[in-house]
Amino acid sequence: MSKILMKGNEAIAQAAINAGCQCYFGYPITPQNEIGEYMSSKMIEIGRTYISAESELAAVNMLIGAGSTGTLAMTSSSSCAIALMQEAISSMATAEIPGVIISVMRAGPGLGDITPSQADYFQSVKGGGNGDYRTIVLAPSTISEAVLLTQKSFYLAMKYRNPTMLLADGILGQMMEPVEMPEGNAFSTVNTDEWALDGTGEGAQKRDGRSLMSLHMGDDILERLNHRIFKKYAQIEEKEVMYENYLCDDADIIITAFGTVARVAKSAVNAAREKGIKVGLFRPITLWPFPSKELFATAKNKKCVLDIELNMGQMIQDVKIALNGSVPVEFFGKTGGAIINSSEIYNKILELSKEKQYGTNLAASI
Amino acid sequence: MEKSIIIAGYGGQGVLFFGTTLAQAAMIEGKNTTWIPSYGAEMRGGHANCSVKISDNEIASPIIDNADYGIFLNDKAMEKFEKTMAKGALVIGNSSIIEKSPSRDDVNYLMVKLGDCAQGIEGGLLNIVTFGYFVNKTQIIKKESALSALEFVSKKKNPAFLKRNIDSFEAGYKL
Repeated sequence: MSKILMKGNEAIAQAAINAGCQCYFGYPITPQNEIGEYMSSKMIEIGRTYISAESELAAVNMLIGAGSTGTLAMTSSSSCAIALMQEAISSMATAEIPGVIISVMRAGPGLGDITPSQADYFQSVKGGGNGDYRTIVLAPSTISEAVLLTQKSFYLAMKYRNPTMLLADGILGQMMEPVEMPEGNAFSTVNTDEWALDGTGEGAQKRDGRSLMSLHMGDDILERLNHRIFKKYAQIEEKEVMYENYLCDDADIIITAFGTVARVAKSAVNAAREKGIKVGLFRPITLWPFPSKELFATAKNKKCVLDIELNMGQMIQDVKIALNGSVPVEFFGKTGGAIINSSEIYNKILELSKEKQYGTNLAASI
Repeated sequence: MEKSIIIAGYGGQGVLFFGTTLAQAAMIEGKNTTWIPSYGAEMRGGHANCSVKISDNEIASPIIDNADYGIFLNDKAMEKFEKTMAKGALVIGNSSIIEKSPSRDDVNYLMVKLGDCAQGIEGGLLNIVTFGYFVNKTQIIKKESALSALEFVSKKKNPAFLKRNIDSFEAGYKL
């Protein structure tokens, strides 16, 4: 397969088309505008549905409509506008309506700035909507991975009938790199015959009507429903965890980072390794389900875990829960759209290994 | 070997186009490459820049800490990025409009009247004159790859500009 130079946003859009996405609904916001722009021409060229919605609320409710018929559909947006979609995401989770939401993070809180950020970890993973529910969240760190995970988002959304979010940041959306674009869908098609609201049929094929509900009143109806859905969540946690383990085996210090920051951290790990400092990188790819057991096992008997994020410390909470006090956890982050470069991470590694004595190979570390 | 390049100037001078063409050429040569634009409130006459990395190996961080090459088309670009250049880096500056004098002893400078050169060509393009000059001086990519990339990117954007692009590239290459 030959490579093409593509912007992250455009690659995500094309990957969705190749995955069989039939409907795109969106409202513009930087830094993800290229997704809607790309869809506005490509979807129409191939006879699929593109709707420039009147608002993010409208877009995500269109997603509910399409998803409830078993149609592969997506919306895309960013931070303050993903915030507007939370009520619908909560409804999708309880009504078990599939849908893909691409979230390309910018800096917050509020309208914030259009610069890159990872400050919507909580928003995506912990859910800004009400009630007991989970959103499947996938966090790519390269454009090639964004392509694969976009397609996987459709698969997981349909397989588990749950809203699924691809969580990228402004850098990943805006940058370009060579990418291999699969011609079709890298994942299999999920059958929706048993539940989709696709018409009751006619004659001998006629069946009873169905409903997909977000309101569940009556004696213990909601309680039983939630327990059933949480069994599904347990299955997702069991089967769908994804992570990358980079040079962790002999490491003293394990860095935890996701998305673009994990890439930057990898450069710092390589630089530190050249100096003989034993550092590794543990990168969660699924943020929910979080690779808790895997992180606990990877960090066992290590000197320290250094969590790095483009925020003031959000994933670190899941890191600490996973580690359950077994290893000290340090943090390095930047906020408000500021970017972390690899020298800064390298310096933090040096500081931990020398001043805090977390490195065994101190002689080598300058 | 990983090389990092920052290209900066006024919005409208074509610094992003320069960067995408360079990245495209690197990809044609089978190299790994990343391109990050400044994005958002930039506009014609404002400030624009992009960061390009080129490497034979996998590129982990796409973010440039200290660039190996700086292509600066105006004073603001010099002011903003000169101090962040790596030791031993090469700066190519458009002395047609840059008034600021080079200020670092540990950086090499080629201050050239790139704007004058572009104006001397019919339909001359400053960014592509600079691209040609950069490719010749650094040999970071082959001339043929640069020309193929230019053809590819021009055709995608506006085929009518291909001749102007090629003429500008050749003029810069010969400078």
